[in-house]
Amino acid sequence: MRTDPLSAFNFPASDMEPALFFETAASRLAAGGRTLAYFALPEGGGFRLVMAIGFDREGRVEVYSSRVSGPFRALTPSFPQLHLFEREIYEQSGLKPEGHPWLKPIRFNTPGAVPGVADYFTVHGSQVHEVAVGPVHAGVIEPGHFRFQCHGERVFHLEIMLGYQHRGVEKRLSSGPDARAIHYAETLAGDTTAGHAWAYCGALEALCGVNVPPRAQVLRGIMLELERLANHTGDLGALAGDVAYLPTASFCGRLRGDFLNMTALICGNRFGRNMFRPGGVNFDLDPALVKELKLRLAAAFRDVERAAALLWDTGSVADRFEGTGVVSKEAAEGLGLVGPAARASGVGLDTRRNFPYGPYEGFTMSVSGSGDVYSRAYVRWLEIQKSAELAAAWLEALPQGPLAADCGELRPDSGAVSLVEGWRGQICHFALTGADGRLRHYKVADPSFHNWQGLAMALRGAEISDFPLCNKSFNLSYCGRDL
Amino acid sequence: MIKALFARLRQGYRTAPFPSPEPKLPPRYLGRPELRSPKLEKAAAACPYGAIAAGEAPSLDLGRCVFCGQCAAAAPEAVVFTRDYKLCASNRQALVISGRDLARAQALGARLRGLFGRSLRLRQVSAGGCGACEADCNVLGTLAFDMGRFGIQFVASPRHADGILVTGPVTKNMELALRKTYDAVSSPKVVIACGSCAIAGGPYAGHEECAGIPADIPVDLYLPGCPPHPLTILDGLLRLLGRIA
Repeated sequence: MRTDPLSAFNFPASDMEPALFFETAASRLAAGGRTLAYFALPEGGGFRLVMAIGFDREGRVEVYSSRVSGPFRALTPSFPQLHLFEREIYEQSGLKPEGHPWLKPIRFNTPGAVPGVADYFTVHGSQVHEVAVGPVHAGVIEPGHFRFQCHGERVFHLEIMLGYQHRGVEKRLSSGPDARAIHYAETLAGDTTAGHAWAYCGALEALCGVNVPPRAQVLRGIMLELERLANHTGDLGALAGDVAYLPTASFCGRLRGDFLNMTALICGNRFGRNMFRPGGVNFDLDPALVKELKLRLAAAFRDVERAAALLWDTGSVADRFEGTGVVSKEAAEGLGLVGPAARASGVGLDTRRNFPYGPYEGFTMSVSGSGDVYSRAYVRWLEIQKSAELAAAWLEALPQGPLAADCGELRPDSGAVSLVEGWRGQICHFALTGADGRLRHYKVADPSFHNWQGLAMALRGAEISDFPLCNKSFNLSYCGRDL
Repeated sequence: MIKALFARLRQGYRTAPFPSPEPKLPPRYLGRPELRSPKLEKAAAACPYGAIAAGEAPSLDLGRCVFCGQCAAAAPEAVVFTRDYKLCASNRQALVISGRDLARAQALGARLRGLFGRSLRLRQVSAGGCGACEADCNVLGTLAFDMGRFGIQFVASPRHADGILVTGPVTKNMELALRKTYDAVSSPKVVIACGSCAIAGGPYAGHEECAGIPADIPVDLYLPGCPPHPLTILDGLLRLLGRIA
């Protein structure tokens, strides 16, 4: 069933016979569709499988669903992008995708599950060894368990086992909306507060049928682009740090903070908390604040430009960035990678362009093609330029009008797919209401959910000493994936 | 190379002085709240986390507060958020404020101060949460805050550490890893609960997926906030070491 990502749809109309559901899903994915969400929806003691498919070129979303009562046909063998979705369905519902290559737990939240204890890929041979890292890592970073199958320095395979950050957010969002819901959205991934809060608000606004005032849309855009600026700048610095190029590392460490402080100037919080609310935003900008933000943005951008230029000019950096951790375009498309990681492999997907929302009409995206660390760094620099340009233009011409519209009741028995381009890539929130007009189910697909496997692919055949660099070039979220 | 030197010159000296002069936080920043009226019914009703108790002994629990400001919006006459970032306490009960004062953290005893006062190495344990507390800990290592100048540093192994700094609500999936990390630090050691999650569960308070810091791991310093501002963390650490009184 075809739908529009910005408006609610009649969910019961997505129903299909199981055989037709799997046929349709397979043919739509084969026709170039990309899975936005695929989950088991509890229904009357059983489950209904729900799949949302996005067609990036046409900017179209389709939703299909079917009641299933037992084992069902796994689509992963033909469409690897579904591998984690099907594992999640199995873990959450017990319904078995028949033919899935390996149904390992993903969040270890079922009775008796012990985090990290599962079957792992192993390699055998006289000089093969295994390196295990985590869940507590060496840096100040979220927990996860990584296992490298190595021969000498060379990595045959990296297996990433997460779930340590699972704190049960989706379940609580599903019983909303309530007073905590916006905080759940803001903390799905703390560094993506604007992205997830916008996606959550977008889903609710679609279900209420409310139009967000233009001024609020633009203020949201400024928040989202400041978030992107802060994180991309921080990433360039961290990448420089990992190849021991300290000038850029130290400059960008400070500059990331400058963008966060601009965010705090708008809403009081460096991560953008308390800014978004369904229907609009909570804080306005007066002319003095606009002026201050413009000055700070211009100054910070100028400094980032200098810090980044050093990277591209330095031979030792290029030597470590180029050709390291290559993910081919085929692999990126096959795994359904999103965000800068996908664009760095030449995949033309940016929600702001493919599924325009809010103030993003006419957005042109940045793509870089070589799929290596260099490309993932460079695409961030291209996006920094774009974000700074957008934010500056919006500050120059803020539309007048109210900050928020009133959200009424949610439409019953409806669904909404909300797509936002967070700094890590496409965020998908899928909300469903019941007959009572309350939320019945809430599904979140953070970009990291798609992209962790991309990092594993980047390590194939690489040297284990390149892991920190490759990891930083993706900089994925553990909590966004574990929920 | 010459370009790097020019860039360095343009960058200038960027490390902010601390603790004096007093740093200025943005006007909309929500810092230490003050209770301006004993009637907290409206404010209590607005708080999604039960951080505010109305009635005979009105109070606000900074440990449960996520600083969303909804209480102040609903009852501006009763709750006011100041721009004071100095939020820390030595014990859980001190975070429950009943007026305008907060009894900030006391320094460690003379023996521990002798050991750690000029050199504190911490192992950070991220246990659930959203990653924002971790980001604000990381930022202390940048040149803007330069925590190293105070002799404080995050280290790679608990074996190199004098204590742990815990972030997140301690999910059940991280309970064992937290305990093993704590056990791996040699005694005497300090434990710091950083952020409202680590103190009382934060936005995830009451979730069955979260266990909290086990009762038998004694906490020496509480740093409220969601996440705490980097200055809040730095201030708390320096008070713990007796470097700020």
